[in-house]
Amino acid sequence: MKETQSGSGSGETPVVRMDKVNKHYGALHVLQDIELEVTRGEVVVVLGPSGSGKSTLCRTINRLETIDDGDIYIDGTRLPAEGKPLAQLRADVGMVFQSFNLFAHKSILENVTLGPIKVKGMKKAEADKLAMKLLTRVGVANQKDKLPAQLSGGQQQRVAIARALAMKPKVMLFDEPTSALDPEMIQEVLDTMVELAEEGMTMIVVTHEMGFARKAAHRVVFMSDGAIVEEAKPEDFFTNPQSDRAKDFLGKLITN
Amino acid sequence: MDAYLSLWETYGGQMLSTFWTNMQLTFWAAIAAFALGTLLAVMRISPVPSLRWVGTAYVNIFRNTPLTIILTFGVLVLFGVFQVSLASDFNLNFFRIAIVGLTIYHAAFFCEAIRSGVNTVPLGQAEAARAIGLSFLPAAKIVILPQAFRGSIAPIGNVLIALIKNSTVATAGSVAEISGLMKTMIEFRPDVGILVFLTVAVFFVIVVIPVGLLTTWASKKLAVSR
Repeated sequence: MKETQSGSGSGETPVVRMDKVNKHYGALHVLQDIELEVTRGEVVVVLGPSGSGKSTLCRTINRLETIDDGDIYIDGTRLPAEGKPLAQLRADVGMVFQSFNLFAHKSILENVTLGPIKVKGMKKAEADKLAMKLLTRVGVANQKDKLPAQLSGGQQQRVAIARALAMKPKVMLFDEPTSALDPEMIQEVLDTMVELAEEGMTMIVVTHEMGFARKAAHRVVFMSDGAIVEEAKPEDFFTNPQSDRAKDFLGKLITN
Repeated sequence: MDAYLSLWETYGGQMLSTFWTNMQLTFWAAIAAFALGTLLAVMRISPVPSLRWVGTAYVNIFRNTPLTIILTFGVLVLFGVFQVSLASDFNLNFFRIAIVGLTIYHAAFFCEAIRSGVNTVPLGQAEAARAIGLSFLPAAKIVILPQAFRGSIAPIGNVLIALIKNSTVATAGSVAEISGLMKTMIEFRPDVGILVFLTVAVFFVIVVIPVGLLTTWASKKLAVSR
């Protein structure tokens, strides 16, 4: 089952590698020959206008969206199509959604312990300990017995981050994690993400938060119309974008 | 009125015992149909196309077949032709065959009630379950169904009420239950036929109204807050 990729030359296996990935929604070519490699500890921010395919790209990495052709590798293992092997690989990929998606019928603590207990077979006491450590780290430990609906959006999103971290993922995917938040709650989530980046977590972040991109990203990937148009270090991208579409995109942002 | 009272003296005990039969039919069929309906609902939301097809076909066939025909089939074909025996006792056999018939029919409705509950669970819940590494069955069991049940208490209550009342169709399956007795009583004393009819109606109303109130209360009390 373990199909490993042919070595990409120098040294380490990338944590995520996308190779000529294509996807269509009917006539719409939402992902066009996507080539992307993310190395261990790297923070990649995916930018682009609405409908450019950046969310779709993020969601294909743990196969919440299927792809038409091409290959995706997680830490050298090709993403399986379905079944147990897929579930196992997904456990290694943390995902944070725009709409939080905390399990609505479970307490905050249970939301975080569910994965370790049910997927990894961890003992409840051990999972509780791990969850409390993570909830403390994201600053919501005192809410542990509440239900998700009783928390603010920012708190829910931080719990969602803790839930993903509880699986000790190799990479964390963030699909517009602050887009559904009130302005005053965006910062608390971004702060948590910056901390995570500083601790060396491998992250792929789809966002509109340019501040986060400047502060925490090692690399910016700019997408437009389903294709990666430009890749650069953040300071280069923001000060000296190469493509017209990136210039246009940044030009519209500056005005806010 | 004296006629009615004397009729009650003759048949009162039988009315209670046959109505008890209706309640027993309902009880066992409700448990079995709920279990089968849950299985069908899981099949209908599963990622396996053939399972979805089977679930859909089952629901469409049995939801659209009259219950009387299913129960008559049980007696005339299952028992009459194939000599299906679920108990050595003659009456108990018909009773059990009727439970099977009621189960088969109402499972289709329980399935659809549960599926309406599944539709109250946002897609993101399933995505989050998959994203932490749960495959379909554990995700359904731990994340989707618990929320779906809580979101479908009212429609499940409706199916249960229909089942309580439909237990009277078991007469067509040769089970001695209260509507059959009612027919006998009215034929015996047609002059108080309306009173007999109303008495039987009251029996059902006494059971059905609390079920309706209880499920309405529970559907509010147990609603998943989002």
